[in-house]
Amino acid sequence: MNFLRYLLRRLAQAALVLGLVIVLQFLLLHLAPGDVADVIAGESQASDPAFVQQLRSELGLDRPLPMQLLLHLQRVVTLDWGQAHSMDAPVWQLIAERLPGTALLMVSALLLAIVLGVALGILAALHARRGLDGLISVLALLFYATPGFLVGIGLILIFTVQLQWLPMSGMSSLYGDASWWQRSVDTARHLLMPMVSLSLFYVAIYTRLMRAAMLEVLPMDHVRTARAKGLGRWRIVWHHAARNALLPIVTMAGLQVSSLLGGSVIVETIFGWPGIGRLAFEAVFKRDVPLVMGILLLSSVLVLLVSLLVDLIYTRLDPRIRLR
Amino acid sequence: MTMNTLPRRLLSSLTFVVGTGLLLAMLVMALLGPWLYPQGPWTVAGAPMTWPGADAALPLGTDALGRDILAGLLHGARVSLLIGAAATAVALCVGIVVGTLTGYFGGWVDDLLMRLTDAVQTVPPFLLAIVVVLIVNPSVASIVGAIALISWPTVARLVRAEFMRLREADFVSACRLMGMRPARIIFVQMLPNAIPPIVVSSSIMVASAILIESGLAFLGLGDPNVISWGTMVGLGRSDLRAGWYLVVIPGLAIMLSVLALNLLGDGLNDALNTRLSP
Amino acid sequence: MSPSALLQVQDMRLGLADGTALVDGVSWSLAAGQTLAVVGESGSGKSLSAMALMGLLPPAVRWLGGQAHFEGQALRDLSERDYRQIQGRRIGMIFQEPMTSLNPVMRIGDQLVEVLRCHLPLSARAARDRAVELLASVQIPQPEQRISHYPHQMSGGQRQRVMIAMALACDPALLLADEPTTALDVTVQADILQLLREQQQRRALGVLLITHDLGVVSQVADHVVVMYAGQVMEQGPVAQVLSQPAHPYTQGLLRARPSGKLARSERLHEIAGMVAAPTRERLGCPFAARCASALPQCAREQPPVVRPAPERLAACWLVSQGAAP
Repeated sequence: MNFLRYLLRRLAQAALVLGLVIVLQFLLLHLAPGDVADVIAGESQASDPAFVQQLRSELGLDRPLPMQLLLHLQRVVTLDWGQAHSMDAPVWQLIAERLPGTALLMVSALLLAIVLGVALGILAALHARRGLDGLISVLALLFYATPGFLVGIGLILIFTVQLQWLPMSGMSSLYGDASWWQRSVDTARHLLMPMVSLSLFYVAIYTRLMRAAMLEVLPMDHVRTARAKGLGRWRIVWHHAARNALLPIVTMAGLQVSSLLGGSVIVETIFGWPGIGRLAFEAVFKRDVPLVMGILLLSSVLVLLVSLLVDLIYTRLDPRIRLR
Repeated sequence: MTMNTLPRRLLSSLTFVVGTGLLLAMLVMALLGPWLYPQGPWTVAGAPMTWPGADAALPLGTDALGRDILAGLLHGARVSLLIGAAATAVALCVGIVVGTLTGYFGGWVDDLLMRLTDAVQTVPPFLLAIVVVLIVNPSVASIVGAIALISWPTVARLVRAEFMRLREADFVSACRLMGMRPARIIFVQMLPNAIPPIVVSSSIMVASAILIESGLAFLGLGDPNVISWGTMVGLGRSDLRAGWYLVVIPGLAIMLSVLALNLLGDGLNDALNTRLSP
Repeated sequence: MSPSALLQVQDMRLGLADGTALVDGVSWSLAAGQTLAVVGESGSGKSLSAMALMGLLPPAVRWLGGQAHFEGQALRDLSERDYRQIQGRRIGMIFQEPMTSLNPVMRIGDQLVEVLRCHLPLSARAARDRAVELLASVQIPQPEQRISHYPHQMSGGQRQRVMIAMALACDPALLLADEPTTALDVTVQADILQLLREQQQRRALGVLLITHDLGVVSQVADHVVVMYAGQVMEQGPVAQVLSQPAHPYTQGLLRARPSGKLARSERLHEIAGMVAAPTRERLGCPFAARCASALPQCAREQPPVVRPAPERLAACWLVSQGAAP
C-alpha cells in the first residue's frame, strides 16, 4: 500500500521535473541567435527568404511563443522528435540505433567501477592509515585527476600503437558470418579500452566512498557483536560491515548515470564507439538542432528513470524502510 | 576554533602543503607565459615535430606545425586556470543565492527553486555544456557561462543543506526572537557559518571546471582564439604515433592542476573539520 | 584463588602504549555456576577488563602486565585465530545496547545460524531448527516466525533476549554480560535478569556481570568486585559486602543509592569529586582524593590488600589498621 503511494508520488515528481526540463530546453533553443529555420536553410544552402519563410510556417515558428511551446510538448510526447537534417533520418530512429551501444558501454563501465571501487575501498579501510591505505588513496587520487580523454589516448598508445593487442575504434571488426561467441569476443575486445577510460574516474569515487562508509561501519556495535561470536575475519568484513556500507553506495551509483552520459561523449568520440555520445557530438558540430534536442531529452528521461529505479530499489534493499 | 590555530593546522597537513605547492607552480607558469613568450603560442618557433630535449631552444619540442610546446603550456595555463576560477566564481554566486533563499525561507520558494535545480541537474552536465557553448558560439565567456551553468546546482544544494541545518540552531532562533531582520540574520549570522564547506567544495569545483574545460577544448569546442591544454591534446591526437609527447605533456599539466586543487581541498577539509577523524 | 576456577584473573594491567594504566592490577576468580559482579562507575575499567578477557580490546589498548586463565588456558598472548575458537564457543558475551548490537540488515535467524554453523558441525536445516529452539528457550513468542524477522521489528527487551540466545548458542562455559540491563526499562530489566539466572542454573554457566547498579548486583550476583579508577577496592560474597562494606568507596556507593527512606529535608548522599584521569604512575590509593576518611598515607602509598573476613579482600589503609571507617 505504502509502496504504491510512494511509487505514484515519485512518478508525479519525475513528470514535473521532466516537464521543466522540456520547457528549459525549449527556451534554450530559442535563445540561439537565429532559429531552426535559419539553420536548416543554412545547411541546405537555400537562402531564398521566401523559402525560409515557408519553412518557418511549416515548423510553426511564426506562431506566438506559448503556442510553440505547446506544439513542442505535443511533439515530444508523441515521439515525433523531428528529422535530423544532417543525417537525413528521423531523430528517434537515430537515437534508437545508437542507444544500445552507449548502454553497453555505460553499464560495463559502471559495473567495473563499482566492483573495483568497492574492493579497493574495503582494503583501504581495513588497512586505514597504514601502507596499503596510503597507496590506494594515492591511486584513487590519480584516477580522479586524470581526464578521461587522457586515459583513453594513453591506453591507445600502449595497447594499440605499441603492443598492437587491442583495436582502437569501432565496436566490431568482423565481417560476414561469425558465430555468437566470436562476435562477443570481438565486441569485448573493442569494449575494453573505452570501458576502462570511462570507468577510471568513478573507480576513484567509489573507492573513497566505500572507504569512508566502511570506516563508519567498522566501529559499530553490531560488528563488535560479530567479533564476540568468533566469526571469521572475512565473514565479518563482508556480512557485517561491507553489506551495511554498500547501501548508500548503490544509491550513488544510480545518480552517476547523468555524469556517465556526459563522459561517454568524449570516450565514444575517441574510440569511434557507435553510441549516442558520439552522435551528440556529431550533431552539435553539424548544428543539427532537432537531433541535439532529441538526445538531450532522451538523456534526461534516462536519468530520471534510473534515479526513480534506484530509489525504489533502495527501499526494497533496506529492510528498515521496507518493513515499516 | 580560533584563527591563529587554523594556519598552523593547514601548514601541518601534508596534503594541503603539496596541493598548494603544485598550484603555486601552475600559477607561476601562467604568469610566466606572456613574459617569456610575448609572441604568443601560435607562432612557429622551429621545425615541426621536434622531440623534447632535441633542441635546447625548444625544451619541450614542437607540434606538427612547428609551434613551441612550452609556450603553449604556459599560455594554456592562463586559460585553463582563468576559466576554472571564473566559472567557479559565477557558480558560487548563483548557487549561494539560490541555496540561501531555499534554505532560509523554505516553503514554496524551496519547492520551486529545487525543482528548477533538479531540472538543470537532470541533463547530463557535459552534454549541456556542449549545447550551450554551441548555441552561444565558443568563446572564453560562453565556456565560463556553460561551466557555471552546470556547476551551480551543487553549490545551491550544499548551501541549502547548511542553511536548513543552521535554521534550527539555537543562536538563529535567538536572533529571530530578538527581531533581527532576515537579511541581517542571513548575512551576518548564518552565512559565515556556512563558509567552511563552501570553501572546501570550491577547490574541488575549480578542478572539475578545469576538467570540463579541457574536455570541451579537446573536442574542438574551445575558444578558437586562445590555446588551452585541452586544445593541445586534441591537436596532438592526430599525430600520436609520431609524437606522443604532444598529448602527454599538456595532459600531465591538466592532471597536476586537478591533483593540486584536490589536495588543497582535502587539506582544507581536514583543517576546517572540527570533528575528530576515526 | 582456587585452582579449579573457571576463570582466573591475576594482576591484570591494561593500558596505552605509553604506559598509562587503565586497569591497574586487578585479580579475581570465578567458578562454574557462579555469578561474579564487577561494579564501578564509568571509567573504573570494568568494561575494559571484560573486553580484554574476550579478546576484544580496542587497538590503542593492550596488556601491560598480569595474566588471565580460562579453563586452564592462558588468555593474554592468544593469537587472533586461537581466540576465535573461544569467542562464541567457550565464552559468550552480551553488551549494553541491544538496539545497535544486532546487525540491522540481517535476519534474526541468520544471525543465530551464523554463530552455530561457525563453531558446530551443523547442517543448514539443523542449525535453523536449533535457532528456533534457542529463541524459544529465551522466551521469545512464536519463534518460528521470529526467525525471519529483522531486529528493528523487535522491542529492546526482545533484542536482548536474542543477544543472550546468540551468546549461549554453542553452550559456552562462561558468559560475559556488560551492563546487560542498563539500556532497558526497569520492568524489562527484572525479566532479563531472571532469564540470566535460569540459563545459568540450567547450564551451570559461569557469569561475569559488569554493572554500575548495586541493585542488579544484589539480585543476581554471588560475589562482587568493586572497582575504582582501574583498581580493585574491595571484593567478596555479595551478602557480606553489601551489608557490611569494609571499604569507604563501597560505603559511599551504598549510601548514594536512593532508598526511599529519606526525610523530605534530607539531601541525597553523593561521593564528592570526580574520577581522576588515568596517569602514568601510581600514587597511593586512587580514591584518596575523594575519601572522607582518608589518612595521610593514603595519597602517598599504595594501600595493602587485607582480609577483613575469610572470603573478603579490601585494599585500604583504614581497613588494614582495623579501624572502622
